Amino acid sequence: MVGLATVFGAGGGTSSYGEVEHSDLMLLWGSNARAAHPIFFHHVLKGIHNGMRLIAVDPRRTESAQWGDLWLGIDVGTDIALSNSIAREIIVNELHDATFIERATVGFEAYRDSVMSWTLERGEEVTKVPADVIQEVAHAFGKADRAMICWTLGITEHHNATDNVLSLINLSLLTGHVGRYGCGVNPLRGQNNVQGGGDMGAIPNKLPGFQDIEKDSEARARFEAAWGVPIDPTSGWTITQMFEAMERKDLSAAYVIGENPASSEADNQHAVELLEGLDTLIVQDIFMTKTAQLADVVFPASNSAFESEGTVTNSERRVQRTRAALTPPGNARDDIWIITQIAERLGTDWGAVTPQGAWDELRSLSPMHAGMSYARLEALGGLQWPCPDEDHPGTQFLHARLWSDDPAEVGPRAPFSVVVDEPPVDLLNEEFPLRLTTGRRLDSYNTGMQSGRYTSPLRRPETLDVSPEDAERLGLSEGEPVAVSSRRGTVEAPVHVDPALRPGLVFMTFHFPDQVETNVLTIDATDPKSGTAEFKATAVRIDKLPAATAQGSVEGSR
Amino acid sequence: MDLHLSAAAPSDEERAAVDELLGEPASGWHGARRDDVTYRVARGGRSARDQRHLLLPALHALQASAGWISEGGLNYVCERLTVPPAEAYGVATFYAMFSVEPRPRTVVHVCDDIACRVAGSEAICEHLQTAYGPERSAAEGAGNASWVRSPCLGLCDAAPAVLYQQAGPGARDFVTTLAEPETVAALGRGARMAATPAPVVVGGAEPRLLRRVGVVDPASFDDYHAHGGYLALRRAVELGPEGTIAEITEAKLMGRGGAAFPTGVKWQAVAAQAAHPHYFVCNADESEPGTFKDRVVMEQDPFAVIESMTIAGFATGSPAGYVYIRGEYPLATQRLEHAVAEARHRGYLGADVMGEGFEFDIELRRGAGAYICGEETALFNSLEGKRGEPRNKPPFPVQRGLFGKPTGINNVETLINVLEILRLGGAAYARIGTEGSTGPRLFCLSGNVGRPGLYEADFGVTLGELLDLAGGVTGDLRAVLLGGAAGGFLTPADLDSRMTFEDARAGGYTLGSGVVMAFNTDVDLVEIVMRIARFFRDESCGQCVPCRVGTVRQEEALQRLVSERTLGTRADELALLTDIGRVMTDASICGLGQTAASAVQSAVARLNLFEGSPA
Repeated sequence: MVGLATVFGAGGGTSSYGEVEHSDLMLLWGSNARAAHPIFFHHVLKGIHNGMRLIAVDPRRTESAQWGDLWLGIDVGTDIALSNSIAREIIVNELHDATFIERATVGFEAYRDSVMSWTLERGEEVTKVPADVIQEVAHAFGKADRAMICWTLGITEHHNATDNVLSLINLSLLTGHVGRYGCGVNPLRGQNNVQGGGDMGAIPNKLPGFQDIEKDSEARARFEAAWGVPIDPTSGWTITQMFEAMERKDLSAAYVIGENPASSEADNQHAVELLEGLDTLIVQDIFMTKTAQLADVVFPASNSAFESEGTVTNSERRVQRTRAALTPPGNARDDIWIITQIAERLGTDWGAVTPQGAWDELRSLSPMHAGMSYARLEALGGLQWPCPDEDHPGTQFLHARLWSDDPAEVGPRAPFSVVVDEPPVDLLNEEFPLRLTTGRRLDSYNTGMQSGRYTSPLRRPETLDVSPEDAERLGLSEGEPVAVSSRRGTVEAPVHVDPALRPGLVFMTFHFPDQVETNVLTIDATDPKSGTAEFKATAVRIDKLPAATAQGSVEGSR
Repeated sequence: MDLHLSAAAPSDEERAAVDELLGEPASGWHGARRDDVTYRVARGGRSARDQRHLLLPALHALQASAGWISEGGLNYVCERLTVPPAEAYGVATFYAMFSVEPRPRTVVHVCDDIACRVAGSEAICEHLQTAYGPERSAAEGAGNASWVRSPCLGLCDAAPAVLYQQAGPGARDFVTTLAEPETVAALGRGARMAATPAPVVVGGAEPRLLRRVGVVDPASFDDYHAHGGYLALRRAVELGPEGTIAEITEAKLMGRGGAAFPTGVKWQAVAAQAAHPHYFVCNADESEPGTFKDRVVMEQDPFAVIESMTIAGFATGSPAGYVYIRGEYPLATQRLEHAVAEARHRGYLGADVMGEGFEFDIELRRGAGAYICGEETALFNSLEGKRGEPRNKPPFPVQRGLFGKPTGINNVETLINVLEILRLGGAAYARIGTEGSTGPRLFCLSGNVGRPGLYEADFGVTLGELLDLAGGVTGDLRAVLLGGAAGGFLTPADLDSRMTFEDARAGGYTLGSGVVMAFNTDVDLVEIVMRIARFFRDESCGQCVPCRVGTVRQEEALQRLVSERTLGTRADELALLTDIGRVMTDASICGLGQTAASAVQSAVARLNLFEGSPA
């Protein structure tokens, strides 16, 4: 989101789902959407059915890659090397869109100079993908009439996440594959309302509607006037920075709403220690999560999907109404009610806040939401931001302005970003020779807190997935429990042989923390710009267990 | 595509059989050894999905290599073609000639359908029951063989008939006709003896369609050429596509498959479609019980099929043609394969046909034992590597047929009429036959007639004249089954009925596929009707409810009538039969269900077969 906001001023995917069905080429980069974003992938399947070509870039040959016309199995963390090589090939073959670059972008010359050393051969050397295949992708992307780039955590769960995103945006600027129907740059969202969270200001440096808390004094003044309090014009902390602050003892109280950092943070033994060291930990959740178990106070909340009124915003920026169908059980209460009550105890009476009242306040303060009345949201089945007034139909795709003939309408030009290839922080060596990457499965969700509550015929317990070659070399058999160690810790997990992997690459999910605490292994190296941890690249070693202790951690499965 | 393959691996034999068809696997993702490129690159998507149509040939290859389709073999095919194993399994189990259970390498298919039943197929079944054990079993002493009952094998002119389906290196399917029980048992066990070739009995006043049958060497291109071959294509090229279609239209040629649709209209519709490519398909899935005309033509005059398809491809603007031939026709398959290769070799198929600058080539595809695949849209699905389930119409094949593209489709008999039309000219052709039914027609005479065989007569011939052509009825005529299992019964009182579309419509009978099967008073007609009912129950594809349920209920009601265990009175059961028949006719998706009751209904109405107590 930081990358998109940097270039375009708004942190949202640029395209609508429907456009995916009419695109000609999709680069699906660092995303196993087939398993992790199944609803979005339905649109991809329709696109494929309509003749769209799919090119998947992923260290693993995932289920998504199986649908692809082409799969590029790059080394983990070499995304920038690949994108820079593609860019150079596009430029030297004059497949870039000179007119678009001229009138809608800045910084092309510096970018061009920065990628010139990325010959196909150098790209192959770093990514390990054959040069002719990189060339093929460059030509396909450069020549496509409509091309789209979609990515997820394979791009962003790296220490240089923002640079990774910027490198993909560079490709779309280079070819003019943005701001037009069927083109665009789209981060796929893992939760139904993660877009909405960002839109509402749950980003350390943004007020609701992506208004910058430091730079946009006019916006800040508007909020101050509405809320009757001064707003500190400095950015807050990302979750990773918060943990760093806990470490420094600069942060002593945390109020955690709908998040389970005790399970989901990288290097999570350390995360638990830090949470335990807080003076005050308040958790508001619908489940008694591992974090909640550490808390001083737990507020049982209502379920936002069907026990409370409000809105959610999906990946295509569409705001939709949600309605309460059930009464929350026991003492569980609506989030708004809980927060209002806390405010009251702290000495501020906000009166009876309703979801619609809160929404209308947002509309008065966030210009991109201004035209989205409850009545319109209901009548139209949702609206896509920006929607500045009640006559505005909503926005199908972003940044059409970049194609305007009128320089005034083009507005701020989108900058190219010079990005440098940097290997993952957790280096491989003789002691830790294998690259562990993590990801998700279709039947489970994040730490399993929600999806673990029901059974699925597809679900199998946590495994360490290894290539057939590594299994043979290390003498591992299917289901055999082994020890997996990184520089930070050791876990035990049964082996699963998966041909989607190559020698040297192993894979785990983190869906079953009660069985295997995968994030004991991962590194908390984070991207300084977005605060995302490098879950995707850990150096590990596999050790066979002595026969006596080799007992079935499989039994820990749900 | 999501492939979740089990751990079962193919045998070397199975792998080799599939590789022979598909070529060596292109990468470690498609069955080759994994290497450094495998770890970094995979190709698939559209190019992989575009191979789906090779599924049926690949299943044939597995079946022919091991005698059954093992899980490992199926996995390998799925990996090669990027087809989910559940789907491939669904396809494999749809077709009767494929087995997903282990079975002996030789399976003896004994035709116990109508004509063979009349000719004594039960004696063969009884003998095999003793020699081999029960149907489908591989009992001790049977050798590496088992036996099954089969629906009509299209050899009614030399009944009873038997098909030997064989697997393993060098094995080849073959048939015997006028079969003797002991010979069948010995051949099934691998005895080397000369298989009796089907005698070719053809006749008629003035052979036009059959002019070369029994005259030319079916394996010789030169012989075909010397007997007027490729003059029609030459004429078509002179006329151009539009002129050719104009001749066909003027000839008033109507489809001989049963629906009697005007061929000129169909070709014109395909030619006019903007979407490309166009395809042309020859429906050689001749499976209507009692029908063998297309087989005789393909076996005896295969180049005629190829020439007429080439004309069709030229006229409709289709660069690619497919012949879908039924799986139970080994000899016709072999001869057509040879003829296609010869024609290609001589430049009469390929990128520049006859040097005239148009492209047309033919691929031969075998069915695998499914009557339903004679329905044109089921046939397309089968060609595309799917279960042979009919599609809803519209869209019609001329709009969206094979691979979703405009497709012309005719059966063999219809196609070879094109040669005659171009030889005579459309107007002259139209003077043959009657006003409403032009041209010559092929009739398959079998059952209790003196000389069963294939007879050609002009439209307008009477039923009695046809029986006389075939040497008259042996014994006293009781009934004639006209048009096959999907047709109906006529009685001795109907001998003057004229064989034309218009007379058939007026008289409430159907010519169907040209089946004329005579039964004398010694034949147990109840058993024949029961066999027809069983046939439709077996062959319903199960896709739509009226047919899936109706064919079963129809057979059950007949069973109750025969065994005198009726629910209510006999009249109640007969009313139920009528009711079921009406539902199937009105509400089934395709022609199979729509005609599944017609023979039964005509037996009830015209033969009074189930009135009062059974004999």
